[in-house]
Amino acid sequence: MKNGLLVFLASLIALGGSWCGFVLAPVMQLGGQKQTTVLNTSDLYPLGRPGMANQGLQVYRANGCAACHTEQVQQSGVACDVVLTGAGKNPAAVTNVISTLKLNRIDKDAADAAVDQINAAGGKAEIHIVPLGPDIARGWGLRRSVAEDFLYDDPVQPGSVRIGPDLAGVGTRLPDANWQLVHLYAPRSEVKDSAMPPFRYLFRVKKIKIGAQPSPDALIFPKGSEPPTGNEVVPTEEAQELAAYLLSLHADVPLYDAPFTQAAVSKP
Amino acid sequence: MSTSETKSLSTSEIDRSCCIPLLALFGGAALWLLAGSVLGLLASIKFHAPDFLADCPWLTYGRLQPAADDALLYGFCLPAGLGVVLWVLARLSQKPLSGAIVPIFAANLWHLGVLVGLVGIFIGDSTGFPWLEFPRGGSVPIFFAYLLIALWAMMIFAGRRERALYPSHWFLVAALFWFPWIYSTANLFLVAWPVRGVGQTVIGWWFANNLTLVWMGLTGLGVVFYFLPKLSGRPLQSHYLALFVFWTFILFGTWCGIPAGAPVPAWLPTISTVAAAWLIVPLIILVVMTWRTVGFITSECLAGGSYSFIRLGLGFFRLSLLLLIIMACPHFGRVTNFTWFGTADMQLRLYGFFAMTMFGAIYYLLPRVVGIEFPFPKLVRVHFWLSLAGIVLLVLPLLVGGVVQGLKLQNPDIAFAESTRSMLPFLRISTTGLLLIVLGNLLFFANIMVLTVLWKFALAKKLIAFVKSPLDETGSAYASLPRDKEVGA
Repeated sequence: MKNGLLVFLASLIALGGSWCGFVLAPVMQLGGQKQTTVLNTSDLYPLGRPGMANQGLQVYRANGCAACHTEQVQQSGVACDVVLTGAGKNPAAVTNVISTLKLNRIDKDAADAAVDQINAAGGKAEIHIVPLGPDIARGWGLRRSVAEDFLYDDPVQPGSVRIGPDLAGVGTRLPDANWQLVHLYAPRSEVKDSAMPPFRYLFRVKKIKIGAQPSPDALIFPKGSEPPTGNEVVPTEEAQELAAYLLSLHADVPLYDAPFTQAAVSKP
Repeated sequence: MSTSETKSLSTSEIDRSCCIPLLALFGGAALWLLAGSVLGLLASIKFHAPDFLADCPWLTYGRLQPAADDALLYGFCLPAGLGVVLWVLARLSQKPLSGAIVPIFAANLWHLGVLVGLVGIFIGDSTGFPWLEFPRGGSVPIFFAYLLIALWAMMIFAGRRERALYPSHWFLVAALFWFPWIYSTANLFLVAWPVRGVGQTVIGWWFANNLTLVWMGLTGLGVVFYFLPKLSGRPLQSHYLALFVFWTFILFGTWCGIPAGAPVPAWLPTISTVAAAWLIVPLIILVVMTWRTVGFITSECLAGGSYSFIRLGLGFFRLSLLLLIIMACPHFGRVTNFTWFGTADMQLRLYGFFAMTMFGAIYYLLPRVVGIEFPFPKLVRVHFWLSLAGIVLLVLPLLVGGVVQGLKLQNPDIAFAESTRSMLPFLRISTTGLLLIVLGNLLFFANIMVLTVLWKFALAKKLIAFVKSPLDETGSAYASLPRDKEVGA
């Protein structure tokens, strides 16, 4: 190989291949991505975050929250649960059939067979889809995260390291704005041994004027971690936006490419 | 005058022609290296004391850590790499660098861009994409500074005396032109006109992988293939194997980086996993090449000079590739995903491979380029041992801890807080490792800075001598102006 031009052209093709594959193709496939519908309904998903939550995404970005938190729930697979919906005219026969069957965490074929047997005995049963995996078991989400969950985010903040817990479903898990704000101000007052740094610079500590009412925005602290009497902690706009963003994180509807049966999960 | 003298004279001329651009690139790089490792140390302390520096918004962990990473990558790795590439290409082409003012200007523009970018991260202007955090004020100057330096490097390459290409040429030229491509793509599609949804994430991962694996791999290997034969006195075994490494590395390496289980269309992570597995091919060839060229590890590898730095850098690169392949295995990858394991691999590639290789190259070439020996040659050895110990202490605990953390994350019966708590002893050791790295970087910085000061003194002396010298009979003061050649000899 004596020709510089040849090296140039050959590496152009080799390197450019990945550009076509990982830049051009995804832009063509995902660039025109539209809203989808929630499984078995005509509801559109996602609806876009409220304005304040969108502002909060910028606070999330500016403070590098994604350096410690992911927003992607993983799923190792799906299983089926067979749920009895009616005992029919001969409950004893149905009970008999059920006692011989495994009904939880089975695959689709076994679930279909079980439903057939229950139907034959005169009972009624339906199949519930249950996502599996440690993240789901921890309650971080009801299903895995999919591309649609991030449709309106800019910048998308999926994160790559779990120094803190996953936040894809934090709005469902911890829906109390005051809890979120107190946790941002003083993490260890809400979560013992938390490694999260406090974000006190997003709050103002104010003296309550004698005779005046405390600010309506002031944080309500759990017992034992209140600020000194006569003081109150008021969130800045940024803190409120960040809390609004966190509460808007609830990727919890079933979709075509990430199905689950809602009733099955509402069971303890 | 014999031919060998002519040759050595012209080699020294080539070296001296790179002097000011290289001092400009390396001086700033040494400063950013030190700054980056200090920032990384501060960020690391926060794990042991979350309240440390918590009231200063500039120094919150989420800004400190990206700033530390970018100071290391954009502040040190890229300019140091570019400087070494300029010199290697000039040497290979047997051509001095002309028009040095342009790379000098570009080097200063580069370091200005890094400064603006870092301040941008600190004030909360980060773009939010890993390894691409610099806002426009930083990324635009960096991009154009790179273009200028790459253009000058390509001019040296085009004007080479020997038409036949050496393996380093392929690696370095491909790297030179790959960075502007990926950096402009990422900045245009993510920052200027952001694409929709997770398309951003895919492009972000593609960029980060192509910068930290492919660009650094190509540049580092190109430099290693130049220095390994030169320092060991044995020819590279062989050029064909090097070519094979080159093609397989860019063919598979460019497609890595999309983690399994990512919320993107499934074909993307699948391709990445397969590509990462195929990296075993360049890895094996690289092992064979090193073994055939320089044999097994000898005492020479630990002597602490340029050769040791480069041998160790190459060793760490192979280890880092191996870790990358292991992480791509589905069963193991599920455990290490989202843990410190990936961070450890990245640190191994940045500090262990790239920075070590550049240290070796700079320690070899800078005294020749400037014409002055390093003021503290003994510190080079100390730097070597501090770096080696620091990297092992930084990376090994994070690797082991990452597996421990991952196993705990995979078991939903173990509380999440427990997985974080179990990392603390490992993080404590890695903080110690970072401290050693900071000390080592301080020595590197001291050597480069004092060398620059000595060079400036020598320059000033020359200038004073020139001004003071009386006009000779011919009426020309230039006769007494000392030439670079004489000083350098």
